[in-house]
Amino acid sequence: MEIPKSFLGYKRENGRVGTRNHVVILPVDDISNACAEAVANNIKGTFAIPHAYGRLQFGADLELFFDTMIGTGKNPNVAACVVIGIEPKWTKKIVDAIAKTGKPVEGFSIEGAGDIKTIMKASVKAQEFSQWASEKQREECPLSDLWISVKCGESDTTSGMAANPAVGNLMDKLEPLGVHLCFGETSELTGAEKVCATRGATPEASKKFMKTWSDYNDFILKEATNDLSESQPTAGNIAGGLTTIEEKAFGNFQKIGSRKFIDVLTPAEEPKKGPGLYFMDTSSAAGECLTLQAAAGFNIHLFPTGQGNIIGNAIEPVVKLTGNPSTAINMKEHIDLDVSKILKREMNMDQAGDELIKTTIRAASGRLTCAEVLGHKEFIMTKLFRSA
Amino acid sequence: MAKTDIIIHDKKDNVGVVVIEKITPDQDCSCWIMENDGSVTIKSKNEIPLGHKIAMVDFKEGDTILKYGHDIGKVVKPIKKGEHVHVHNVKTKKW
Repeated sequence: MEIPKSFLGYKRENGRVGTRNHVVILPVDDISNACAEAVANNIKGTFAIPHAYGRLQFGADLELFFDTMIGTGKNPNVAACVVIGIEPKWTKKIVDAIAKTGKPVEGFSIEGAGDIKTIMKASVKAQEFSQWASEKQREECPLSDLWISVKCGESDTTSGMAANPAVGNLMDKLEPLGVHLCFGETSELTGAEKVCATRGATPEASKKFMKTWSDYNDFILKEATNDLSESQPTAGNIAGGLTTIEEKAFGNFQKIGSRKFIDVLTPAEEPKKGPGLYFMDTSSAAGECLTLQAAAGFNIHLFPTGQGNIIGNAIEPVVKLTGNPSTAINMKEHIDLDVSKILKREMNMDQAGDELIKTTIRAASGRLTCAEVLGHKEFIMTKLFRSA
Repeated sequence: MAKTDIIIHDKKDNVGVVVIEKITPDQDCSCWIMENDGSVTIKSKNEIPLGHKIAMVDFKEGDTILKYGHDIGKVVKPIKKGEHVHVHNVKTKKW
């Protein structure tokens, strides 16, 4: 197949391109969720992203909180953003950082005003943003404006046989076209970590990967109070035929095809070395991983599943594919692309990769994904340690 | 194309994965080796569902299971060629 050269996206002020045109009401902290949700309820064409944190965090945990909030606002899938927090200082910090992209953003703090007056003021601004954004048009953009993140979930042996290598085939075809790519799931590479390290494009990248993996693994072993084989692989993985974390890891690893990663990113860190494949240090929990990848600026996500994970994301469209024929039938409404014919050898990997490229471009150009239609807007903060 | 009951990722692998709804005891199964497009056959000893693994050789305790050409764990109970390979007879070497 000749790979299409372009997709239809929203060009943003800073040169990035969005696959979506969201107007987001972003609460800074847990107690501002109610206000943000009231504004989103008042003003059509907007939505709130409620979450559980943002109070009394400190140190590296606080830094990651800010990186996640700011990165979410900066993501090119967000056209404009209203930020609402209890205190003015943290609210302003987030607003100022998002404003550097050039997109419309305004902050409101509740302290001293109360919810009702804040809702009123923020709603006026949200209305202005919603109507402004509604006039934005999609334009033809080169595929190199796609920043594709990947993560698999509820994996089984079909993931390693069909859906994950199909993603790998897409990576092999799209990386030469200048696309940014990102995989993560530090702990789920356990068992394949040494092989994964050999896929660093430079000795520095390989070394950085091994250090990142070892640190995460040490943390897990330090905190573990039970036999980890109870949680990795998960009960769903085991039902699907996966026996050990090593088997899961080698299946997982099929997602990067024959690519090499050029750098290792910290959680939510924006890639700075240009197009190519990046590894990001993330949890293997889907909600947390996708939230970090979206905060790093990735604008579309590919999610292979075996037994049927149903995850979506607040701002990044999630394209789901499966190689499991039962999942493709029983959970049809969640599956954007069925590649189970690979198992019957009625479809080869090259064809599966091509189908996935077509599905990805359609979703990037505006076709709603199954997760979007079903209302999945997961936004899960990664918390490094407990608050003060 | 011949019907495939089992897929083997790499020619070094000593297990295969069932890709039909299930295989039944004493079934003659055709296996496809993805890496080199090769074919082998095996007679199953157990019922094994979709996605689960079958032993392509006899294993004794302490042997290594190879899938994708890589070490994916150790055998903790002897396994005969054609038997179901899973959490009851294989464990991780990691934790």
